[in-house]
Amino acid sequence: MLESGWFAVRRPLAPRRATALVLLSFVAPLLLWAAVSYIPFIWHPFVEIEQPGSVDYFTVGMRVEREVFAAENQKAAAEGRAVASGAPRNPIYLPAPHEVARALITAFRTPPRLPSEPWLHQSLWQSLQVIFWGFLLSSLIGVPLGILCGSFSSVSRFSEPFIEFFRYLPAPAFGALAVAVLGIYDAPKIAIIVIGTFFQQVLVVANTTRKLEPALLEAAQTLGAKRWQLLRHVIVPGISVDLYTDLRVLLGWAWTYLIVAELVGTTSGITYFINQQARYRNYENVFAAIFIIGAIGLVSDVMLARLGHVLFPWRSENRPSRLGAWLRRRRDPAPVTEASSLASIRA
Amino acid sequence: MAARFARIYARPVTLEVKALSRRFESEQGSVVALHNVSFRAHRREFLCVIGPSGCGKSTLIRMLAGLDQASSGEMLLDGEPVGGPCPDRGMVFQGYTLFPWRSVLQNVAFGPQMRGHSRREAEAQAREWVEIVGLSRFMHAYPHQLSGGMKQRVAIARALANKPRILFMDEPFAALDAQTRAQMQSYLIQLWKQIDITIVFVTHDLDEATYLADRIVVLGANPGRVREIVEVPVPRPRSREQMNSALFVATKRHLEALIHTPVEAGDDAESQALSPMIRMTQVGDDVE
Repeated sequence: MLESGWFAVRRPLAPRRATALVLLSFVAPLLLWAAVSYIPFIWHPFVEIEQPGSVDYFTVGMRVEREVFAAENQKAAAEGRAVASGAPRNPIYLPAPHEVARALITAFRTPPRLPSEPWLHQSLWQSLQVIFWGFLLSSLIGVPLGILCGSFSSVSRFSEPFIEFFRYLPAPAFGALAVAVLGIYDAPKIAIIVIGTFFQQVLVVANTTRKLEPALLEAAQTLGAKRWQLLRHVIVPGISVDLYTDLRVLLGWAWTYLIVAELVGTTSGITYFINQQARYRNYENVFAAIFIIGAIGLVSDVMLARLGHVLFPWRSENRPSRLGAWLRRRRDPAPVTEASSLASIRA
Repeated sequence: MAARFARIYARPVTLEVKALSRRFESEQGSVVALHNVSFRAHRREFLCVIGPSGCGKSTLIRMLAGLDQASSGEMLLDGEPVGGPCPDRGMVFQGYTLFPWRSVLQNVAFGPQMRGHSRREAEAQAREWVEIVGLSRFMHAYPHQLSGGMKQRVAIARALANKPRILFMDEPFAALDAQTRAQMQSYLIQLWKQIDITIVFVTHDLDEATYLADRIVVLGANPGRVREIVEVPVPRPRSREQMNSALFVATKRHLEALIHTPVEAGDDAESQALSPMIRMTQVGDDVE
C-alpha cells in the first residue's frame, strides 16, 4: 500500500530506521533481561535469606522458594516467633547483566582453582585450534571434491549418493568410535568437527559449482579452453565469490559442533571451562563464556565479510572497499574513470 | 553491383554448411529444429542470418560455433570438417559473457593464455586489440563498470584476439538501446573493413541485416530451413542516409515478404477477422 513505511514488501528501509532497528535488536533483549533482573515485581521466584529468624533450617545466603519462605514466616508469626527476612532473587542460573559483565573481566584474571587446570584464555585458545584444524582438514578435501562433483557428472554420480547418506548420520554418534580410533585428546574432537562439516560442505560446494552460468563456460570453450583449463581458469574463479560465502556459512556450522566435539574423550577447551563453572555454580561465568563464544563467532564473520570485499573487487553489488581500491592503485597505476558516457564510443 | 558479388564469389569459401539438420527429442516426440540447411560464406564476406522467431537461428549459430551437435550434415571450415568449439571459430554472444573476475585487458588476453602464452605475453597481445576497439582508457576496468556497448566491444576484441578465421555473432546488439546499436553497427563495419575476417551475423532486425550484410540467408520456420539467400544490392560504403533509398527499401520489403509469408495455409487467419473493439475505459471518442 505505502511506498515507504515499516512493512513495504521487498523495499529497503530508510537508513536511520534500519540502524535503529539493528541497535534495538541487541538492546531490546538486554532491556528485557535487565528488567527481569532488577525489577523485583517481575518474576523473582526465590528469596535470599538475610536474617534466618527462628526458622531452624534457614541459613544466611540460602535461596528458598517464595512460597516456602512465606509459609515458614506465616507459621513463625502465628506461633509468635521471630520471622525471617530476605530479598527477592532470581534463580541462581539467571545472573543479572552487571554480574555477567563483571564476570567477563574477572574470568580472564582469575587463576584456575587447581594449578593443573587451564586459564580461560588457554581454554579459548584450545577451542579455536580445534575449530581451525577441523575446518581446515574438512575443506582441504571437501572443497576440491565439491568442485569436481559440480563439474563432472561422473564424479557426482559416484560420490554424492554416499555423501548424502552420511549427511544424515549425526556427528556426535561417532564420538565413541573416534575415541577408540584416535585416542582421547584433541584428535577425536577434530574428527567430530570434520564429520559434522565435510559432508555438508561437499554438497554445498557442488551445488554452488553447478550454479555457475553455463554461458561463461561456452564462451571459454570458443576461446580455446580445454577441460582442465576450464576448471582452473573459469570454474574456480567464477564460483570464488559464492564459494567464499559458502565457506563462511559452513564455518558457522562447524562452530556449532564445537561444544559437542569437546565433550569427546577428555573435556577440554571452552566446554571444559563452562562445565567446571557450572559445577562450582558460577553461572555468571557460564554466561560470560557463552557470550565470548558468540562474540568471537560474530566478529570473525564480520571480519571475513570485510575481507571478502577486498578479495573480490569485481563484485558489482559491493560498496567498493577503500582498502581494496588502495591495493589496486598500487598494482595498476593507470587511473580508471567511471565509464558512463556514450560519447566515449567512437569508431 | 554485379561486380561486387563477382568479387565475393571469386574468393575461396571459408565456411561451407552442407545439409545441416538438428532434431530434438522430447516426451512429445521429436522436433525438427533445422532441416537441410546449406549455404556458403566466402572469405571476408559479411553474411547475415535472419528469420522469424523459432526458426532456429540461435540453434544454427551454436552448431556452427561447436556448442551444439548437429544431428546430420556437415560443416567445413576452409575445406576441413569441424566439430567442437575451437578458437578458429570465434563467437560473440548476445549477453556479452565477459568474465567478471577479469579486467578488460585480462578478458581479451584469455584466448592467447589458453593457447599456452604466458600471462605477460598474452596481455601484450591483448593490449593491441584493446586499443583497436578503442578502450585503452578502460584497460584495467572490470566488466561491471562498463556500459553495454563497451562490454560488447570487449567481447569482440576477446574473440578476435585469437585471430579466428570466422566470427559468429548471435544477435550481439539486441540488448543495446537503439542509439548504441546504431553506433555499434557502424563501428563493426569499420572493424570488419580493417581486418581479414569473415563474419556470420544472426539477427532478427531487418534494418540491421540490410545495413550490414553482403548477403542474407533467410530462414523459414517449422521446420527451420533456408528459404532464400538474398544478395543485398545496396552499394558500399553504406551510410545511415541510404536507409531511405529506394534500393534499401526494396530489399527490406523483399525480406519482409520472405519472413512473414505464412509457411502453412491458415497461418494468417488471425489477421482476417477483426473482432469488435473491447473498451478499456469510459472515454467516449474513438482513438482513430
